[in-house]
Amino acid sequence: MTTPAELPVNSNSDVVLVRQHVRTTAIDVGLSLVDQTKVVTAASELARNALVYAGGGQVRVEIVHNGIRKGLRLVFSDEGPGIPDIEQALTDGWTTGGGLGLGLSGSRRLVDEFDLKSAPGEGTLITVTKWAR
Amino acid sequence: MDRVPVLKLGDILIVSIQIDLQDQSVLALQEDLADKVVATGARGVIIDITAVEIVDSFIGRMLATIAAISRMLDAETVVVGMRPAVAITLVELGLSLGGVRTALNLEKGVALLNHLEGSRIAAAVQ
Repeated sequence: MTTPAELPVNSNSDVVLVRQHVRTTAIDVGLSLVDQTKVVTAASELARNALVYAGGGQVRVEIVHNGIRKGLRLVFSDEGPGIPDIEQALTDGWTTGGGLGLGLSGSRRLVDEFDLKSAPGEGTLITVTKWAR
Repeated sequence: MDRVPVLKLGDILIVSIQIDLQDQSVLALQEDLADKVVATGARGVIIDITAVEIVDSFIGRMLATIAAISRMLDAETVVVGMRPAVAITLVELGLSLGGVRTALNLEKGVALLNHLEGSRIAAAVQ
């Protein structure tokens, strides 16, 4: 599998492809089965968010190193309406899209590092990292 | 879009999810199952997720919704075959699927449905 890879998130079938690519890369990085499952689930949530709230976007999947540790990093970016209140958006149960409100808050719990940059009218950039143990 | 087949065994409907589910397939399955529960008068629905590698909040909500719809149509739903990694991830995600019955495998799922049916008959007789 080539990394880094840029994948589009413009349809429901793209969400499935993102999950599959993240799974394959997570295996390459050497993540445990539970950690693979967590990061693929987070990827699924964030990809769906980009699709539902921004009408689409893309994700960069890359392998990162910290000393001898390897990690999997996902960078989701979109040019959607952005998030006016990030703290609120990261609260369990908060949703403007009719979902369960677990996408952002839940994904944050499933990864080791979570960074969200967004402003109204400027799109959203979410970077998550899962490190191999 | 792939459709998930719904199988009938006696008065139980069995759905085994073997594909990487797209959101539309999930919605189609909800409707197919509701139709089939009514058409067959099934008293139980078993959803086998042995082959499912991840359950995200969308699929999790689908499981809960199917359970709620079936209950309204007089059928009980049991989700069977959840992988340990999926269970760990779901709980951490914040989705404990409170309203959904689970069993470890298909055999135990059928036994659970028979047990539930037994208690229902016993309650009706009293």
